[in-house]
Amino acid sequence: MVSLRDFNVETLPTWCKGCGNFAILSAIKMALAERDLAPHEVFFATGVGCGSKLPHYMRSTGLHGLHGRTLALATGARLANHGLPVIAVHGDGDSFNEGMNHFIQTVRRNINLVDVVQDNRIYGLTKGQYSPTSEKGKETPTSPRGAIERPVNPPALALTMGATFVSRGYSGELQHLAWLIGEALDHPGYALVDVLQPCVTWNRSYAYAYYKERVYKLQEEEGYDAADHGVAWEKAHEWGERIPIGIFYRDESLPSYEDQVPALQAGPLVKQPLETLTAEQVEALRAEIM
Amino acid sequence: MSINDMTIRIGGEAGMGLESSGAGFSQALTRGGLYAFGLPDYYSRIRGGHNFFSIRTSPQPLYSHAEPVHLVLALDVETIRRHVDDLVAGGAVVYDEEIEVPEELHRSDVSLFPVPLTKLAEERGGRKIMRNTVAFGVAAGLMGFDLTYLNSVIRDNFAPKGQKVIDANLRVAEAGAEASEPFQTDFPFRMEAVSDAPPRMILNGNEAFALGALAGGCRFVASYPMTPGSPVLHWFAAHADEYGAVIKHAESEIAAINMAVGAGHMGARVLCPTSGGGVSLMVEALGLAGITEVPVVVYDAQRPGPATGLPTRTEQGDLLFVMHASQGEFPRFVLAPGTVEESFRIGWQVFNLAERYQTPSIVLSDHYLAAAYRTIEADALDFDQVEIDRGELLTEEDLDELEQPYKRYKVTESGVSPRALPGHPNAVWVSTANEHDEFGAVSEDADNRIAQADKRMRKMEGMSEDMEAPSLYGPGKADVTFVSWGSTYGPIKEAVDRLNEEEAGRANALHFSALHPFPPEATAALEQTQRTIVVEGNGTGQLETLIRARTGLSMDSSIRKYDGRAFSPKYIMAHLLEA
Repeated sequence: MVSLRDFNVETLPTWCKGCGNFAILSAIKMALAERDLAPHEVFFATGVGCGSKLPHYMRSTGLHGLHGRTLALATGARLANHGLPVIAVHGDGDSFNEGMNHFIQTVRRNINLVDVVQDNRIYGLTKGQYSPTSEKGKETPTSPRGAIERPVNPPALALTMGATFVSRGYSGELQHLAWLIGEALDHPGYALVDVLQPCVTWNRSYAYAYYKERVYKLQEEEGYDAADHGVAWEKAHEWGERIPIGIFYRDESLPSYEDQVPALQAGPLVKQPLETLTAEQVEALRAEIM
Repeated sequence: MSINDMTIRIGGEAGMGLESSGAGFSQALTRGGLYAFGLPDYYSRIRGGHNFFSIRTSPQPLYSHAEPVHLVLALDVETIRRHVDDLVAGGAVVYDEEIEVPEELHRSDVSLFPVPLTKLAEERGGRKIMRNTVAFGVAAGLMGFDLTYLNSVIRDNFAPKGQKVIDANLRVAEAGAEASEPFQTDFPFRMEAVSDAPPRMILNGNEAFALGALAGGCRFVASYPMTPGSPVLHWFAAHADEYGAVIKHAESEIAAINMAVGAGHMGARVLCPTSGGGVSLMVEALGLAGITEVPVVVYDAQRPGPATGLPTRTEQGDLLFVMHASQGEFPRFVLAPGTVEESFRIGWQVFNLAERYQTPSIVLSDHYLAAAYRTIEADALDFDQVEIDRGELLTEEDLDELEQPYKRYKVTESGVSPRALPGHPNAVWVSTANEHDEFGAVSEDADNRIAQADKRMRKMEGMSEDMEAPSLYGPGKADVTFVSWGSTYGPIKEAVDRLNEEEAGRANALHFSALHPFPPEATAALEQTQRTIVVEGNGTGQLETLIRARTGLSMDSSIRKYDGRAFSPKYIMAHLLEA
């Protein structure tokens, strides 16, 4: 059995004290241990930002790539070896600014991966500039008079693109977050876990105190049906006095992209033998150009 | 009069099927024992404009196109206007009788053959689009080329469209040949099929590279369509199911190469075919592959830049760009095939090189080589020579026996660190785009930085040794040595032959297929020349600059071209006098 201790490393995170990423790190470990997935049995793809360093702070296998390209990297990893579950971990800037195109494409492809977005609604590592999820009017070094743009709504955007699993977690609700990540791992397609992640240094207006009195759990709401796209759409737009967390929407009936690639029906690409062509294959190829 | 070098040119608007029918006729000539060189010339548009396809054919091997045209097949009046002056004396224009040929386009030494191309296509085939087949039927009749070969190509190439389409095309080809009969006495050039010739193959550089890549174990292709590189993606898409390859038409070249890095990291042999604009978008991820030491192959079929440039034309303008693309320093290969045969060979070899040295590798082709169809000998693509060498790749068994924690970036003498693939309990590590220590952990330590940077760059020593020396064509000693890379090989080869026929010892050629790391043998080879002329398809002399930087040698002169059109033997010979 895999235990939480199996993920321990000596490397200490570079995150600030109180950073919401600590809970995300713990939640991921909890979800993996609960599903008995050892450090070599899951692949992490990450981008650039404080949070993308996450796989270095646990015993894990992965590739920590370029800013914004996390999901393209994760897609390549999945297509080459769909025997390994893939968890993408990246921030809101990586996901929805530099990487927005990849986000939309990955959702509509339904690549089977877990997409953990550390959504602190600010740029941390580059020192406090506004992010694509910052609220309109947010004053930061790059928006001294307040951000002009309206923010991206990640769950709603994912829904419009046909996402098959749309959820939101909160760093202040560790058990719930671990549960969500586990459900996302079980989902046979693209699974968004947008995490409300307080940045205690650069975005104090959205720290624990703000969320604590607002968040509520969808799955504790009487009669909430995550199969109902219309209700999910409504809930994805609820933001203010009450902020929903949990699974907005889930549809397990659609095949993943990988399921539909003929070459992958024989098993993961990298597990298939890599050999020179047979004499028959060479003959067939030659015949095409004779 | 039987001749041994003939060029037929079909012209019309985009959408008239000139390239497919031109390629088909080139294939028919090949089946008929002749050599063909089929060169498409088209504009960046779907319909209209003026496109043409030139087919040079000969009983002797061909390596390039040639300017003099013997027969023009004009599907519109614009074709006559543009090409009537390219015809040799005695040449002819076959045109649709519905076209009125203005007086100023008449030439006293050129015949005009009105043929009911459209009428025959519609009446005998049922569709106007078959005009091109009618025209090639006329061409076969005029040159005395047995229609059997064209018919066999029609049967094979239209097979997916069904027997009705095959039959219709056979009927219109026959109709074309019949329609040529009244004109045969007025067309002085003949080139008949060589019935006892051995079977040969015909393909272009894109197809040859794709074949080589597949043979070399490439099973993951991620790309965003861009002329003239996209046919490689099409080729793989058409073969993916049968050969178990994953192809991904990605949302952008940025996505394509990041997918490739992800897949390559997992252990697949990965390829990103594109053109220079696509490489521009891939630049950052080239560095990612460099620092994470993931083997990735990028195929750049060059076209003239900058930016959109001349999308459907040719140039060799990306050499210094791809050598330096991406910030910082890391090892990479830059290879450039000169021929169809070499496109195949480099197509498989590059995957071994990339994997042996765990580093990104770039193959430079260009429109002229990528798109032109050329007849080659049946054994010219040596599949038996193909081998798959994965370099220092740790097997499951190696990893089972590993006792120490795995060091993905272990500092070694060769710079190459034994590579594990993700998924083994003894190989648990995270690779990163940041500078990292031997285990892969992010590190900003100065000594570690030097150790890792040196380790990576040390790979260049082994890589240099694996680079192919420049090849010499022609006599060992010659008055002039043409120095070249890429697709200029063909036209130069023919120019060398012609010059030496005029006077023995006038010219030879030194050709570079391996450009980075620069082959160590280059200096000695260049020092044995009398007078060097660098022939390259760019305006600033990129190979010339590279030679000087790497060897300290200055070349004597150059012939450069950057009008988007390929060098021809005649062009090189004409400019030799000024060079």
